[in-house]
Amino acid sequence: MNDRLIPPAAEARTSPSASASACGTSIPHESARAQVQGLAPYVDDLPEPRGTLHAAPVMSPVAHGRLNGVDASAALAMPGVRAVVLAADIPGDPVLASFSHDEPVLAQGTVQFAGQVVALVVADSVMAARHAARAVKLDITPLPALLTIEDAMAANSFVLPPVTVARGDAAAALAAAPHRLKGHFAVGGQEHFYLEGQIALAVPQEQGQWRVVSSTQHPGEVQHWVAHALGIANHAVVVECRRMGGGFGGKETQAGHLAVWAALAAHKVGAPVKLRLDRDDDFMITGKRHPFAYDYEVGFDDSGRIQGLTIDMMANCGWSADLSGPVADRAVFHVDNAYFLQDVVIRSHRCRTHTQSHTAYRGFGGPQGVIAIETLLGDIARALGKDALAVRTANLYGPRGATERNVTPYQMQVEDNILHELLPKLELLAHYQRRLEGVLAWNRQHKHIKRGLAITPVKFGISFTATLFNQAGALVHVYTDGSVQVNHGGTEMGQGLNTKVAQVVADELGVPLARVLVTASATDKVPNASATAASSGTDLNGKAAQAAARTVRGQLADFVAALDGCAPEAVRFADGQITSPQAVRDFTAVVQQAYAARIQLWSDGFYRTPKIHYDKVTLTGRPFFYFAYGAACSEVAIDTRTGEYRVLGVDILHDVGRSINPAIDIGQIEGGFVQGMGWLTTEELVWTDKGLLATKAPSTYKIPTAADVPARLNVHLWPEENREDTVFRSKAVGEPPFMLAISVWEALREAIAAARADRGLAGAAAAAVQMDAPATAERVLWAVNAP
Amino acid sequence: MPTSESSPDALRLIRRGRVVTCHGVAPDRTLLQLLREDLHCTAVKEGCASGDCGACTVTVAERTPEGALRYRAVNSCIRLAHSVDGQAVWTAEDIAAADGTLHPAQRALVECHGSQCGFCTPGFVMSLFTLHRQRGGDAVTRDEALHALSGNLCRCTGYRPILDAAQTMHHWPEPFLDEADLLQKMELLAQSAQAPAADLAKNFYLQPNTLAELLALRAALPAALLAAGTTDVGLWITKQLQQRPQIIDVTRVAELRQLQRTASALVIGAAVTLNDAFAALAAERPALAPFFDRFAGLPVRESGTLGGNVANGSPIGDSMPLLIALGATLRLASTRGERTLPIEDFYLAYRKTALAPDEVLVAITVPHPAPGEWLRVDKVSKRFEDDISAVCLAVALQVQDGRIASARIGAGGVAAVPARATKTEAVFAGQPCAEATFEQAAQSLMAEFQPLSDMRASADYRRTLLGNLLRRAWQDAAEPGAPALAELEPQS
Repeated sequence: MNDRLIPPAAEARTSPSASASACGTSIPHESARAQVQGLAPYVDDLPEPRGTLHAAPVMSPVAHGRLNGVDASAALAMPGVRAVVLAADIPGDPVLASFSHDEPVLAQGTVQFAGQVVALVVADSVMAARHAARAVKLDITPLPALLTIEDAMAANSFVLPPVTVARGDAAAALAAAPHRLKGHFAVGGQEHFYLEGQIALAVPQEQGQWRVVSSTQHPGEVQHWVAHALGIANHAVVVECRRMGGGFGGKETQAGHLAVWAALAAHKVGAPVKLRLDRDDDFMITGKRHPFAYDYEVGFDDSGRIQGLTIDMMANCGWSADLSGPVADRAVFHVDNAYFLQDVVIRSHRCRTHTQSHTAYRGFGGPQGVIAIETLLGDIARALGKDALAVRTANLYGPRGATERNVTPYQMQVEDNILHELLPKLELLAHYQRRLEGVLAWNRQHKHIKRGLAITPVKFGISFTATLFNQAGALVHVYTDGSVQVNHGGTEMGQGLNTKVAQVVADELGVPLARVLVTASATDKVPNASATAASSGTDLNGKAAQAAARTVRGQLADFVAALDGCAPEAVRFADGQITSPQAVRDFTAVVQQAYAARIQLWSDGFYRTPKIHYDKVTLTGRPFFYFAYGAACSEVAIDTRTGEYRVLGVDILHDVGRSINPAIDIGQIEGGFVQGMGWLTTEELVWTDKGLLATKAPSTYKIPTAADVPARLNVHLWPEENREDTVFRSKAVGEPPFMLAISVWEALREAIAAARADRGLAGAAAAAVQMDAPATAERVLWAVNAP
Repeated sequence: MPTSESSPDALRLIRRGRVVTCHGVAPDRTLLQLLREDLHCTAVKEGCASGDCGACTVTVAERTPEGALRYRAVNSCIRLAHSVDGQAVWTAEDIAAADGTLHPAQRALVECHGSQCGFCTPGFVMSLFTLHRQRGGDAVTRDEALHALSGNLCRCTGYRPILDAAQTMHHWPEPFLDEADLLQKMELLAQSAQAPAADLAKNFYLQPNTLAELLALRAALPAALLAAGTTDVGLWITKQLQQRPQIIDVTRVAELRQLQRTASALVIGAAVTLNDAFAALAAERPALAPFFDRFAGLPVRESGTLGGNVANGSPIGDSMPLLIALGATLRLASTRGERTLPIEDFYLAYRKTALAPDEVLVAITVPHPAPGEWLRVDKVSKRFEDDISAVCLAVALQVQDGRIASARIGAGGVAAVPARATKTEAVFAGQPCAEATFEQAAQSLMAEFQPLSDMRASADYRRTLLGNLLRRAWQDAAEPGAPALAELEPQS
C-alpha cells in the first residue's frame, strides 16, 4: 500500500476546516459520497418524462456497399414498435454539422463501414426497439472495401490532404550521419471503454423547442448539431450534462451523433426518445483512437544524437474526417516529444478507410507522435550498445534559459524545459542505475524470463491547437443565504473539474468549500463553450470561474469599502469572513446587506488563453500556452516461451505545476498511465477481412484489470508551479500522463532485445526489435523469435 | 411493473430488511432489469450486459443448510431475476445506515479517492461490501482485494486507490445488519413457497428442489431452457436477444448442490458453483489454485456452475481441458435411468453434446490424485485475469520410477470442442520422464491439432504455444524454483 495515502484517522484532510484554503488540498471528488451510494444519476438514471419511448440503431453489416433499400415492414409489425426513422425523415440538413460536413446523419445511398447507422427503430421499451432493429432488412450490394492503412495509401484514399512540417535539410543530414536506421512499424487504435455507454434523451418542448440530456463532453456542439439536423436555430435547443460515466475523448463528437439520432426519432414520433446504446453496438458504431503506421529513416551520431529524420505518419481516420485533421496535426506536433530535431521532415497522411470514423481520445494524436520517436530512440540506443536513458538525455531540448536546441520543428520556443532536472531526479527516485544492473545480471542468469527497464519522458503541449477554442465562460451566483452556485462551460466526466472549480471559487470568495455548489453544464447558462478536451478543462473554466468570482468579490469589496471608508483593496475575504481595516463581518451578513443595498451578487466571467497563435498555412507559431512534463520508469518481465509478461514496477515523476488538488491530479496520472498501458499491451482491436470489428465486447477487448497494475506504482509530483499565469499556477493533467506508459512499451522492447541477444543474434539484429503495438503476448513472442 | 400475460409466480426478495414482492416478472427478465426498471433502483449500472465489467455487481445472500448467511457478489446483468427468489439482495443504495453513515466499503472509497467518473463505483462498492461481510470486517490483504475485485473494471483510476480502500475499510465501524432477522424472513419465505401456479403450456420459471422433480419436469418439458448460474445463458438473452419464456432453474436441486468425497473421487454436483467446485479441487491439488483464479471474474465464479460450464460445451471453456486430463466422468440422468460418460466423449461437435433432450447432467466425478500424478495446467490469454484462453492445456502424467506410465492431455482453444490429445498421450506412454520425451511430445502436440485464427490469437501462435507449453512444463519441473512470471518482484 502506498505511504502517501491519507491515513484513515486524518479526517481533517478531507473535510477542511473553514480556515484552510481549498486550493492545494486533496478534497474528495464533489460527487464521491453520492457515487458510492449509487445516488449520482447518469442520463439513464433520470426519471423519464411521461411518454418516453426508446430507440435502437439499425446498423450496416457490410463495410462498403450500395444501399438499395430498407424494408422495415417486419419491424413495424412487432409489438410496441412505433416508428422507423430513415434519412428521409430528417427535417434539416441530412449531413451532420461536423467540421468537414462529410458525414450523413443516417446512411443514404451507400454504406461506408460495418456498424454505420442506417435507421432507428422507436418502441415502447429498449428491448422491444432492439428486437425490432434486428428485424429491419437492409438491401445492400457490397462494394470493394479499403480496410487498412496500406489499402488506403495504395488507393490514394484520404479524408483530408497531407500535411508536411519540415526544417533544415533532412536528406543531407541523413546522408552525412555516421549511423542510420530505416524501418516501418504500426500502433493500434483503442476503444474508449467509458463504463457508461453513449446515451441521449431528447425531449420536445413547447413551440418547436428542445431539451436534450446528453452524456457529452461538448454540449455546445450537441446543441449545434441537433439544431442543424432539425433545421431550427441554436437558441431553440438546450443541452444539459450533469456528469458522464467516463469520456476520454469518446464523448466529444460521438455523443453528438447519439443526440441527433435521439432528437430525430423524437421529432418523428412527437414524444421524448431515449437512445442508449448496447455495449456491443457502441463498439461497432463509435470511433476509436486512430491506428497509425510509420515509415522512417533516422540518422544519428556515435552518442545517439539524432542528426536527421524523415518520417511518414499514416493515420487510419476511418470513413470520415471527424476530428482526424487536428488529431493528425497533434501527432505531428508531438513526434519530437522532448527532443530537438534540427533537420527533419514530418509528413502526415490522413487515410480514409471503410471502418469506424476514428476520433478524439486522451492525448489526441500526441501518443501516436510520441511513441514514434521513443521507439526510434530505443532502437538507436541498442544499435549503439548505449544506455537508452543517456541517448534520450543527449537528444533533449536545451534546458531552461538555453538559447539553442530550443525551437520545435513548428517554430515554437521551448522556454521551460525542466526535463534536464526531472529525469535525473526520477533516475534517483526509481534507483534506475542500480536496478538496471540488477536487470542485466538477471538476464545473464535466466534464459526463459527476461527483464526490461526503461525511462521515457513526456513533453505535452497544452492548449487546443485551433486557437479559437481556447476560451471559456462561467457564472458565479451568490445567494442571500451566503451560498454560492457556480456554472461553467466545462463538463464533468470524472476528472474532478467541478471539484477544482469549486475550490478556486471558494478561495476567491474566502468561503468554506461546502458553500460552493457547481451545477450541470447547460447551453442556456454558458453559451458557445468549447469541448472539455485537450486537458484544458481546469485551465479554461477555472480561470473563467475565477474571473466571475473576482467580479462579485469586487462588488462586495466596493460595498464594504464604502461602509468603512477604506480602499477596496484593503478588504480581505477569508475564512467565511470579510475583513476591512475597521471591521470583521460574516460573509453572509455582508451579502444580505449588499442585497438590501441593491448590489449585484452574481457575475459572468470570461477567459481567453494568452500568447497563443498558429498559422495553419505555414504550420508555425505558438500553438501551446505551455508544456506539461513528466517521466516514468517501468520494469517488466517477459516469458520467452509464450510471450506473456508482467509489468513489475512503475515510478513516475510528473509536473502538474502547483496542484489545486493533489489527490485528483494523482488520480489523473495513475489513471492515464494505466489507460496508456492498456493501449500498448492488451487492448487489441481486430477487424475481420470483411471489415467487421471482431473485438466488440469486453469479452474480447481487454482493458487492464486491477491485477495488471503493479503493487509498486509510485507517483511523485514535480514541486514547481507553472511559470505561466494559469489558475493557481497549476498545469493541465488530463492527457500528458497517458504517454508515460510508453515506458512500458520500451521496457518490453528492452526485454525482447535481451532474449534476442540470447539467441546468438548480435549487433543490429539483436538491437532491432520489430514489433507493432499493442504488445500482446503473441506479438512479444514473434518479436523474440523474429530472424 | 409489466403486467403481461407472461406472468409466472410472484418473486419475493428481501431488500433493506423488508420482503419485496414482485408480480408479473417475466422468466427471462434479468435481475438488473428488475432492480433498475421495476424497483427503480438506479444504483445498479449496466456497463456491458455480459458479466464482464462488474458495474452491475450486487450482493446476494442465501441461507445455508447450516442456517448461516452466505454472501455472494454477482453480476445482476446476466443473472435472472427469479433466481434470487427467497434471498436477500443489496445494492449500493442499501448499505449505508439510516442516518446516512456510509458503510465502510463506501467510506473507504471516498477517503481514498477511489471514485472518479463513478459509474463503475457502485459495482466496486458491492464487491467490497461482500468481501467485508465474508471476512467479518477483518483486514484484507492486497491479494485478497485483487481476488475480490477480479470482476470489476474501472477505466478512470488505475485501481490503486480502490485497492487502498479495500485495505483500509476495516478501520471504520459497520452499520448494524440484522442477520437473525434476515434468516428468519428467509425461513418464512421458504415455508410459504407455493407450488408453481404457472401455466406449463406457456411461461414459467421453475425451481425444483429434488432430482426426481427435476427429471420429471425435464421429461415433460424438453423444450424448456435448463438454467443454472446463467453466466452464459444470460448473454443469450441480453446479446442474442433470445426470448426464453420457459425456464427450469436447477440450482435449488439438493442432489445437484452436493459436493461429496468418496473413497475414490470427488463428486461435484452439477449445480455447485465454480467457486465451490474449484475450492474443492484445489484442496486436493493446491497447485491448481492460481489457474482457477484466472477463470472469469469472481462474480461469474460465484454464480456460474461447474456443471453449466461442462454442459454448455464451449470449445474455449476453461474447466474442460483440466477435467479431461484428470479423467473426470459425467453422470447423466433422466426418468429413463442414469448413465456415466468420460467427459471427452460428451462433446460431439461444436456446441453439440451427448445430452439427450430429456437428460440432465447430475454430477462430475473427479478421481483423487493417485501417487505419482504429475499435473500441469496452463492458460494463455491476452489478459491475465478474467479473459478467455487462446490456448488452455492440461497435462496429467502418471510417473513411476522415472517413467511415464500413462498420460492424459486436455486442450482448449485448439479445436471445435474441448479435446483430448490422444496421439500425444501415446507419445508419452512408457517413455522416460526426460527432456527428449517432452520435446517429442511437443512436436506431436503441435501436429495433433489444427487450430483456427481469430481475434484472440493466430493459428500459428496457438500451435507454437502447444509445443512451448509442454517444453516449459518440462523446464519448470527440471528446475524447481525456476522463476514464475506471476511471482516476480521488481529489482530493488
